[in-house]
Amino acid sequence: MAETVFAPWDDPDEKPLIRFRNVTKRFGDFTAIDDLTLDIFAQEFFALLGPSGCGKTTMMRMLAGFEHPTSGSIELAGSDIASVPPNKRAVNMMFQSYALFPHLSVWDNIAFGLRRESSDKDAIAKRVEEMLKLTRLEKFARRKPHQISGGQRQRVALARSLAKAPKLLLLDEPLGALDAKLREATQFELMDIQEKTGTTFVIVTHDQEEAMTVASRIAVMDEGRIMQVATPDRIYEAPESVYVADFIGDVNIIEGQVKAASDGLFQLSFADGQPPVLAASETPFYDGQNAHLAVRPEKVSIHTEQPDASDNLLQGKVLDIAYLGNLSTYHVELPGGQVIKAQTANTRRLSRRSITWEDPVWISWTKTAGVLLDR
Amino acid sequence: MTRLSPFNVVSLTFGFVFLYLPMLILVIYSFNASKLVTVWAGFSTKWYGELLSNDAFLDAAWVTLRVAVISSTFATVLGTMAAYVLVRGGRFYGRTLFSGMIYAPLVMPEVITGLSLLLLFIGIGMDRGVLTIVLAHTTFSMCFVSVVVSSRLMTFDQSLEEAALDLGASPFEAFRLITLPIIAPAVISGWLLAFTLSLDDLVIASFTSGPSATTLPMKIWSSVRLGVSPEINALSTILIGLVTIGVIAASIASKQSALRAKRDEQAAARAQ
Ligand SMILES: Nc1ncnc2c1ncn2[C@@H]1O[C@H](COP(=O)(O)OP(=O)(O)OP(=O)(O)O)[C@@H](O)[C@H]1O
Ligand SMILES: [Mg+2]
Repeated sequence: MAETVFAPWDDPDEKPLIRFRNVTKRFGDFTAIDDLTLDIFAQEFFALLGPSGCGKTTMMRMLAGFEHPTSGSIELAGSDIASVPPNKRAVNMMFQSYALFPHLSVWDNIAFGLRRESSDKDAIAKRVEEMLKLTRLEKFARRKPHQISGGQRQRVALARSLAKAPKLLLLDEPLGALDAKLREATQFELMDIQEKTGTTFVIVTHDQEEAMTVASRIAVMDEGRIMQVATPDRIYEAPESVYVADFIGDVNIIEGQVKAASDGLFQLSFADGQPPVLAASETPFYDGQNAHLAVRPEKVSIHTEQPDASDNLLQGKVLDIAYLGNLSTYHVELPGGQVIKAQTANTRRLSRRSITWEDPVWISWTKTAGVLLDR
Repeated sequence: MTRLSPFNVVSLTFGFVFLYLPMLILVIYSFNASKLVTVWAGFSTKWYGELLSNDAFLDAAWVTLRVAVISSTFATVLGTMAAYVLVRGGRFYGRTLFSGMIYAPLVMPEVITGLSLLLLFIGIGMDRGVLTIVLAHTTFSMCFVSVVVSSRLMTFDQSLEEAALDLGASPFEAFRLITLPIIAPAVISGWLLAFTLSLDDLVIASFTSGPSATTLPMKIWSSVRLGVSPEINALSTILIGLVTIGVIAASIASKQSALRAKRDEQAAARAQ
């Protein structure tokens, strides 16, 4: 059976579910969203990633109907939603602050949305029980929100927004208050729900790993603008700017001047007295152009003895070692003062580790390991 | 429990004496057998008996009660609506004027409020009676309700209403099912405030009432001008008694609800 890859964004005939067209949102003279154009497709799991205050919640609130674009338009399933009030939109939102109704029990909180559209008591009870089970809240159904823990409240908020099985579900940092185990379980639960119900998810998260795990595509935002929208692997492997490379995961940024070496290969001189580093790039650069080479630490190998020839080989000494359990990151200082991070998997026990502080080491990476960026 | 210093004991005593001595004297003299207020002639409850057969006082009490209940209810509805619009309405045209105007009667001398209402009722040719007192009391006490309710609404988390809308509730449902139950204590204390203001009021009622309707404060005031009678003392004692019972009941109720909340929380802590 041939498995078709889910990639509606690559299909020019596919109609997006949500379409932001040149949307700008100002609060007074502060621009929270700046000329944003974006398509989100049905059944996507779309993650918004960005620093605090970059406008993620504002985007969600515009989709839910609580804020209106200052200019531009937002379309849902092909029609402009500017005039549709929040209670008529087939969109549910999980609030960053949870916004649980304090005077209602957990059960009644979850049932609130269901009761607004149906009076079938049995169906409502069944659905609420389902949601309680899904979020493992059965024991707390009769409690009021102030009688449960922070993580439990977050799950109530999640259950309440899921209960109506909306066409579009907006989750504003849905899992921030959960412990690592429960968070992972809930992530898989969300993906499962998404697969079963075909609901489109837009999720805000501060956790890159979470975005990588659950998202079909990730949008990286900065100050009201979208810096890049791509699949998790593209965002990680082929960032389009230093900002995106730096925002997602750990990265070494080496700045210098480029010189074309041969077909699709460029030399980057980054410091006096250091040989230029070699990098492949599909986008062309002109000689003397300023550029940045972004190399992930795990793509940099570290050696105690000089290895055989490599595309890029530099010598330095170990400045610092960050032990992360499964991984160790070595900060290697080059003679010119630059620090390059190299990461290795800790397959051996710590006591047998052969590299320690101040050790002279060689670091190397291949010409295709990094991405050459002009900004 | 810490012991009070002599200074504190003295100031506490003076404070209480200052507050309660007049009332205490009033209560004692209401049981005086003599008609003369200043001469003690032995214990008697006869003034209470006479009070019950005094139709003028009973009528006045009935008018006062009706006026207080009806006007405080109207004032609560109107005041809550005004507060909601002021806090939630965002910036609409004329908002500053509206909010300034709603608070103006708070600082307006009662004589002026009463006089202007009187002129209005005469101007539109309305017969003065219970209805005009109700209207007048509604007018001035709704400002107090709206102050109490809007201070509660300002600290009310608006995202709760948004969440209700998001889940498909109409704006009215969001108000009725979410906002109102949460701000209910403020609305109730607004009602109580309006009720007491109306019970209390002498000035505005004097301006706006007609021959057909006399409230209790007006009745007391007019009979005191003819000389303090033990009957008035008896009536005042009954009022003091009612107010005391009310205050004690309210404090017991709030203490119990606090206890219940605490029990709930402890139960929650145990079950975790
Ligand atoms: N009602 C408002 N009035 C004025 N400024 C606002 C308003 N709402 C948001 N902002 C501003 O808009 C910017 C974007 O806010 P937003 O809540 O969308 O950030 P965010 O990306 O969700 O941040 P976080 O990750 O901290 O939740 C912020 O600088 C914020 O101060
Ligand atoms: Mg936010």
